[in-house]
Amino acid sequence: MLAGSLGAAHAADLVISNWDGYMAKDIAETFKAATGLEIEVVNHATNEEIMGKLMASQGKGYDIVFVSSPFAEILNHQSLVEPLDKAAIPNLSNLYPEAASLAYDPGNAYSVPYTWGTTGLCYRSDLVKTVPDSWMNLLAPSDDIKGKTTMLATDRWLMAAGELAKGYSVNETDPAKIAEVKDLLIAAKKTLLAYDDTTFYSKLVSAEASLVHAWDGWCNYGITENKDIKFVVPKEGSDLWVDTIVVMKGSEKKDAAMKFINFILDPTNHAWAAQNILYKVPNKAAMESLDKALIEQYPNMGMTPAELTKYELLRDLGAAQKDYSRAVSEIKASN
Amino acid sequence: MSYQSARSNLLAAPAIAWLVVFMVAPCLLILSYAFFERGVWGGIEYTVTLENFARVVDPLYAKIFLTSARIAGLATLLAILIAYPAAYAISRAPRLRQPMLLFFAVLPFWSNYLIRTYAWMVLLNREGLINNLLRWFGYQGEPLSLLYTESAVIIGLVYNYLPFVILAIYSSLSRLNPELMEASRDLGGGPIRTFWRVTLPLTLPGVAAGGVFVFVLSIGNFVTPALLGGGRFQMIGNVVYDQFLSANDWPFGAALGLVLIAIMILLLMLQARATAHASGERARVEP
Repeated sequence: MLAGSLGAAHAADLVISNWDGYMAKDIAETFKAATGLEIEVVNHATNEEIMGKLMASQGKGYDIVFVSSPFAEILNHQSLVEPLDKAAIPNLSNLYPEAASLAYDPGNAYSVPYTWGTTGLCYRSDLVKTVPDSWMNLLAPSDDIKGKTTMLATDRWLMAAGELAKGYSVNETDPAKIAEVKDLLIAAKKTLLAYDDTTFYSKLVSAEASLVHAWDGWCNYGITENKDIKFVVPKEGSDLWVDTIVVMKGSEKKDAAMKFINFILDPTNHAWAAQNILYKVPNKAAMESLDKALIEQYPNMGMTPAELTKYELLRDLGAAQKDYSRAVSEIKASN
Repeated sequence: MSYQSARSNLLAAPAIAWLVVFMVAPCLLILSYAFFERGVWGGIEYTVTLENFARVVDPLYAKIFLTSARIAGLATLLAILIAYPAAYAISRAPRLRQPMLLFFAVLPFWSNYLIRTYAWMVLLNREGLINNLLRWFGYQGEPLSLLYTESAVIIGLVYNYLPFVILAIYSSLSRLNPELMEASRDLGGGPIRTFWRVTLPLTLPGVAAGGVFVFVLSIGNFVTPALLGGGRFQMIGNVVYDQFLSANDWPFGAALGLVLIAIMILLLMLQARATAHASGERARVEP
């Protein structure tokens, strides 16, 4: 048994790093059955964790990596990702046209979108007096939900809530506007229960919170447990987040890597993500194959690519990241 | 070099090599980042700069350092106040029972830190055990907001580090020569006076060791403020964490880490001096 698993680790054709639970558990078996190739899946908890590893090793040691779009963009600027060999990935044609023209990588030159969605408000329809429709419902809550709201703790999304409320870009770099957003978020902090980007949906289920700042897919986890939980994209809009797949330039198994991407883009395999982790996938054939009951139960699964791509993608901020990080420290240290 | 010390150096060599390769070198490497620039796309740009240290002295971060020190200080004080009587009781228990009592004191350590912290979330939250118990006893008002407060952070820190303090104080109490207490009694000292004039001063090194332990571990802690403080209380550990894992600004995170390490080294030196001073006292009392 031990010898067998050690042997497999050495023989793996591909090393893939992904978030835990973000692919089918039996992916290694199904991929081997389809292609005869062995894969080894390793997990990373956050984008930053895998980025740290990739920066330290200049991309060596991994063939395929799953990261969110701003990080794919950074990897591309660092020349660490391999241009996709489109001839080897015929299933690219399953993607929605919108998914092939995303601003960070038009034409999917170096990345393939795996899942995508929005950030909005997730709430208990039985606990709020007025149905939320604006970011201000979160940032300046009515008395009945004061102390029962949470915001995402991750700096970009925390700032985005304030930026969208003010009608600014989610990639705003003007220091004066960043300062305005900071003041708005400091005022909002006084009404918050917590900053939370891991357990917000269970706070809704337990009724500890009534209205939370949430990624749509995670709100679905709450809906699974309580049908009174609903999701809304506020009228001022949302960001569009995309988790992508990239092939590392340092990989020695590029042909196998392209085969793996083609395998993931197969409608049945890609639909797995929608059915099991309740995230929208940018694969037309996969989305059309979904059971209609799924979309009835989780209405945000039914958002069309046209609706999604109205929203602005988070881009790497470059030097302005410092201003964001200082603003967020100031917000979190305020009392 | 004598044969004896050459042999002991040789025996220590593997452990020292291990520490240097896996602990000292990576730490120095990370700390050296403090003197370089953040690359625009993340990572390190090898241009020497002191800008990161200029950012550290910004009043914003000074305020966060002070908040961290206050929270860590309160946790230390509380931990000592709880641990001293407990350690005293254990050291006065029948000799055969002491190992079992110590075992119970460290028992919580057998479970994971995160699990213990989550357990406090279960206890303290608005729909949690304490609020439910209050309701069961007839309390009608709004549920108490116990979680996501500074007190919750302090409770978490005290709870998690208490066994260290109990062990440290117990070890100095159990080394106390009982004849000293007898001498104090013979000279007319009552129990309270004996405690204040003999027991407490002689066990201060244990108190200092335990206290420095709690303080040092608390001031750099980031899990407890994130979970029990709901991210609403920013301690310096959280800022360092954010720089490395969210802002991708390793140089600034390293600079903050350097300051934190400097504070810890200073405290450990003070504690070593206090211990040396106290053992000098002991030498005077114990002929």
